[in-house]
Amino acid sequence: MAVATKSLHGAVAAHDDHAGHEDYATRLRLNRLGMWLFFISEAFLFGALLATRFYLWGDTRPELDQMVGLIVTSVLLLSSASMYVADTAAEHGQWRVFSVAAWTTMILGLVFFLGVVIFEWGLFPQIYEGHLTPWGDKYGAVVFAMTGMHALHVLSGIVLIFIMWRLARKKHFTPEKHWGIEAAAIYWHYVDLVWIFFYPALYLIGTAHH
Amino acid sequence: MSVRLTSLALVRGLIGYFVGFAAGMLLVMAARLMLGMEAWEQEAVYVGGIVLAILSFLLASGAMTDWLKWTRGIATPMRHGPPPGQPSWARYFGIDYNHKVIGIQYGVTALLLLMVGGTLALIFRVELAEPSLSFMSLDSYNVVFSLHGWVALASILLGVGAMANYLVPLMIGAEDMAFPRLNAFAYWINVPAALTLMLAIFVGGWDSGWTAYPPLSLRGAVGYQFMFWAIFGIGLSSILGSLNLIATILLMRPKGMALFRMPIFCWAVLATSLIQLTATQFIGIDFLMMSFERSLGMPFFNPIMVEGVNMGGQPLLHQHLFWFYSHPAVYVFVLPGLGIISELLPVFARKPLFGYRWIALSSLAIALVGFLVWGHHMFTSGYGEYLRVAFMISTLLVAVPTGVKFFSWLGTLWGGRLTFPTPMLFTLGAISVFLIGGLSGPVLATVTTDLYLHDTYFVVGHFHATIFGGFVFPFFAAIYYWYPKITGRMYNETLGKWHFWIMTPAFWVMSIGQMSVGVLGMRRHIADYDPALQIATGQLWVTIAGFFIAFSVLLMIYNLFSSAEIGALAGNNPWRSRSPEWQIPSPAPEHSYASPIRVVGEPYDYGLAGSQYIAMAGAGDD
Repeated sequence: MAVATKSLHGAVAAHDDHAGHEDYATRLRLNRLGMWLFFISEAFLFGALLATRFYLWGDTRPELDQMVGLIVTSVLLLSSASMYVADTAAEHGQWRVFSVAAWTTMILGLVFFLGVVIFEWGLFPQIYEGHLTPWGDKYGAVVFAMTGMHALHVLSGIVLIFIMWRLARKKHFTPEKHWGIEAAAIYWHYVDLVWIFFYPALYLIGTAHH
Repeated sequence: MSVRLTSLALVRGLIGYFVGFAAGMLLVMAARLMLGMEAWEQEAVYVGGIVLAILSFLLASGAMTDWLKWTRGIATPMRHGPPPGQPSWARYFGIDYNHKVIGIQYGVTALLLLMVGGTLALIFRVELAEPSLSFMSLDSYNVVFSLHGWVALASILLGVGAMANYLVPLMIGAEDMAFPRLNAFAYWINVPAALTLMLAIFVGGWDSGWTAYPPLSLRGAVGYQFMFWAIFGIGLSSILGSLNLIATILLMRPKGMALFRMPIFCWAVLATSLIQLTATQFIGIDFLMMSFERSLGMPFFNPIMVEGVNMGGQPLLHQHLFWFYSHPAVYVFVLPGLGIISELLPVFARKPLFGYRWIALSSLAIALVGFLVWGHHMFTSGYGEYLRVAFMISTLLVAVPTGVKFFSWLGTLWGGRLTFPTPMLFTLGAISVFLIGGLSGPVLATVTTDLYLHDTYFVVGHFHATIFGGFVFPFFAAIYYWYPKITGRMYNETLGKWHFWIMTPAFWVMSIGQMSVGVLGMRRHIADYDPALQIATGQLWVTIAGFFIAFSVLLMIYNLFSSAEIGALAGNNPWRSRSPEWQIPSPAPEHSYASPIRVVGEPYDYGLAGSQYIAMAGAGDD
């Protein structure tokens, strides 16, 4: 027994890996915990923005284009489904399915992002005339803060999925070892989950202010 | 051995910082020109500079290199030991993944910032030593005490990081932290952030104190932007560092080390990290919103009245967001220190720690109750009156778990065979000072007395007593105590005792002095006072005591430097401690534990014959 311990752990110092005796399962457990701790932390970030919304707006809300809100929300929720397909495909080693589903997710994410930028923000008045500005009043400020922080996460999620897609193409992942894809997937679902709280807070709760 | 300067991450990072700063400013100016605006608008232009400067520092120093390689599928093996072809000191200026190196980096940076913060305090204490303005203007006074506040707080956060990073993996017998690269990143982001904080002074600084209440903070000099983004960076470090610590503590303990068999300091770090992981987001987003209100005019905090209706923001929103972090942050500052006290007392009393489970859970209780007390900073703010009593009760509740700690310390000391080397002295000094801070707390938590004492120097006295008792004294105790573990040599005991016997009485004088001038009518944040208050003598005493404290700290710095060369060899376990980190050679080797440890008993059974805490595997017992 002592011999086995020595051969298992005695090689640690010579091994190139810092935590030489840690196997993939241990690393995966650590990575997963780290990711969830990150989510807990981020929940407080988004929570602070929600608190700001309720503190400043109370039971009022700005008049936003309900159709735009409904469409971008549906698009984002759909993208969670395709991301789920991508993650499951990676687990089964179906890399063609993964590729199609990852691209579907990225495109849907991009549609959501453009929907926010063009229609909610009115950043391109030649396409769509928005009526809110970030500096106008508390409604503009909070709408831009909440959607802006969320859009930043959507954008980083798209980048993350793109990186994983490229790595997958280089045969970087196997059905057993694809933590990167898993991380991108749960990150994407998390960002969706945040929007499920943001959407009613922005579009539905309270009476519209004229 | 000579070292090419640009091979040091610090130097590369600094070059990157200033290049990035200039590039960021130019970029914003170019963008403004393209949008048909005037190129120069200091708020937006400086923010562009700051953000790109911090990013460039991190990129140029190499703190993100491995991650960037990962995105291209390039594997990055762990590096061990000093970089090839360089002397061993060079690794402390480089991106190193070993938690012991990172712990030292945190610690040295913390001490540097502590000295800067302390020097700033001495400057304005001289101004306060007598009534009327002598050498400072009202504005420079405001800027200097504000800078003192955040520099000192940054130093505390880094000091907490130093103790946690160095000690936690050693104490639980882990090879390293859960995420070594994240650990290095979390340290290095502090460097450009702290630099940004101090650069603020060249653009007018900020004059609101560390709390940055609007509307003043929305109208003051552009130095506010520097402060907002610097604190955002240091906050990011807090979040990432605490994430790492929680993962390490929860998943990397050895066989047999149940949570209630951890060294007690790990409990304190766990509780602290839970606060840092979550509450820090509040000050982060708060300061971001403040920055955006200043540079883009987004009204989060400034009211805009339109026909009798407020269409803008509310100044009180800042106070809620700010204190939701900044009150728990005070527990971030003190919980690790209180953990150090509980860690050291059994060693020097040769007795078990009294009520281990109670101590462990009291840290958690303080952390959790800490989330419900922020409103006690706002008794005079004009918020809903019904909130006052609720926040008073929740705040007074904190006294219960804190009391548990005090009684446990007494119980540990009771009947012990005490010895008094420097770390023990600082531990006892910490208890005495924290008692002053603790007892003055309920006075401020109670609405009736707080209405009178709010914003007086009494608050300053209370705060400094808690922070010195909860952080500075224990931090110094920890430095002396683990100095032999870090260097393999013993510090100079005589100098250590001098340090203690100068600093402790001086601190009592300073603390009691601050509180008494406060009760007599001295306002905080104000450069001048009326001689008729008859507090000039008290103020003078506080200033003199401050200089004594500063001098004693210099003794320690000298001691730390000189003993590293000429100190007596300490041996592996000079304190006869049971803790795992003392069962390995000193200084701790690159790979701390040659073989995994196993926990076979209770951590603090000092004096119990035949008791054992850990067993090293491979000694025929596996």
